[in-house]
Amino acid sequence: MKKVYAPDAKWHEMERGGIIPQAGNAEEYSVGGWRNEHPVRDDEECIDCLFCWIYCPDIAIAVEDESVKGLPISDKHCKGCGICAEVCPKDCIEMVAGGQFEPEETFEAEED
Amino acid sequence: MAETKAAVKGNKVALEGNEAVAEAMRQINPDVVAAYPITPSTEIVQTFAQYVADGKVETNFVAVESEHSAMSACLAAAVAGGRVMNATSANGLALMWEILYVVSSLRQPVILTVVNRALSGNINIHCDHSDTMGSRDTGWVQLYAEDVQEAYDNLIQGVCIGETMDVRLPVMSCLDGFILSHSYELLQVQEDEDVQEFVGPYKPDNPMLDIDNPQTYGPLDLYDYYFEHKRSQMEAYPPAKQAIIDQGKRFGEAFGREYGLIEEFMTDDADFIVVAMGSTCGALRDVVEAQRDNGVKAGMLKIRAFRPFPAEEISDALSGASAVAVLDRASSFGAHAGPLYHEITSAQVTYSNIIPTNNYIYGLGGREILPEDLSSVFDDLHEVAEAGQPTEPVSFLGLRE
Repeated sequence: MKKVYAPDAKWHEMERGGIIPQAGNAEEYSVGGWRNEHPVRDDEECIDCLFCWIYCPDIAIAVEDESVKGLPISDKHCKGCGICAEVCPKDCIEMVAGGQFEPEETFEAEED
Repeated sequence: MAETKAAVKGNKVALEGNEAVAEAMRQINPDVVAAYPITPSTEIVQTFAQYVADGKVETNFVAVESEHSAMSACLAAAVAGGRVMNATSANGLALMWEILYVVSSLRQPVILTVVNRALSGNINIHCDHSDTMGSRDTGWVQLYAEDVQEAYDNLIQGVCIGETMDVRLPVMSCLDGFILSHSYELLQVQEDEDVQEFVGPYKPDNPMLDIDNPQTYGPLDLYDYYFEHKRSQMEAYPPAKQAIIDQGKRFGEAFGREYGLIEEFMTDDADFIVVAMGSTCGALRDVVEAQRDNGVKAGMLKIRAFRPFPAEEISDALSGASAVAVLDRASSFGAHAGPLYHEITSAQVTYSNIIPTNNYIYGLGGREILPEDLSSVFDDLHEVAEAGQPTEPVSFLGLRE
């Protein structure tokens, strides 16, 4: 996605009303640094109910072909809120202390 | 008054202030009105809701559960791309507070009629300016009406002022609770099609419902950009001042009643000038004339636009006087004087036209202001001129003391 404002943009270069003249830019904003715990899902137990995907207040849970299995949880967008673990009917998501995802469970951080 | 289209078209009718505002809203026919009733502005929304029910307007009326919701719905409708109006008073305005800032920050020209009423506590439903004086820093344009005619006229001009492309700011059109909102006055109501022609069709600016050009409104905005955005917002107020002047002239050309930022009444050669806002200016005109009859060079300065504040124009208008009095219908608790006094004396300092100026707080909670109260102010100004400085930091008119 193209950058709308240069980091050193001056006040008179701002759009009226402080708007960003594009949509879908929340994807660019990393909130991973807010995290104290991170979720680890047991894909053996997971039934692909997609509750974690629906309830995630950010966009951390990836889904493909109506399945979350085998897909990593986003390092960039998981704030560690624990809602996914709370709503999981199979209790197969565990919140693990520490903000870092294991490398194999982590999306490649997308380059800005 | 010059012979214009207005002299032959439109109707002279007797209306209460609230009815006149509802009539202007009917003629403007906004896309959305979202409102919650509160005394003394209830009748505006009630009357307008009847117009909606009777199919006299095409407006989408949103009944909400609070003033916070009302202003939130107005903001959303404006961002979506509609012309939006609303009305409230006092505690209702206070409940809108948070969203007032968002509307101006997002540069949405929402038009809000405020029927001025005292804030609680204790609970009081009558007029003073504590509600809109409190919201003076929210970024809204503020116009104050002297009479019912002006309340009607200001609302129509307010639409054009707020929607001017280099302005795009929300506008509060203020009228004094009960004194104007519930008093019948004879006024000129223009023809529907002439009002429609004056306000023109709404031109949205980056509306969210334009799905081919998607926008992000109100994103998280921290120390990296917020300051630049606020500086950019400040740039809207000089054009807003110009738009008030331009639309006041245009209104005069269309309907025969011209308006400006301020109105100078007999100030040209005046030794003593009293500054006021709202309905008090009406009584003040009579008192100024009576003072003139007694040989006193008296004048009145009416502040019509309080935001943006016409500091330089006010300083110029007062520059020939030997003493000035500023009448405040609100207290700024903990400050050394009333809010209008602060702005005016600050303008005098900024533009190096310092005139000895007394401050008077009056009319809180609807307390009457009588001609003899206003005459006593002119009496005081003789002493102020002689002393060459304010004789009292703050005085009170009509207070038992």
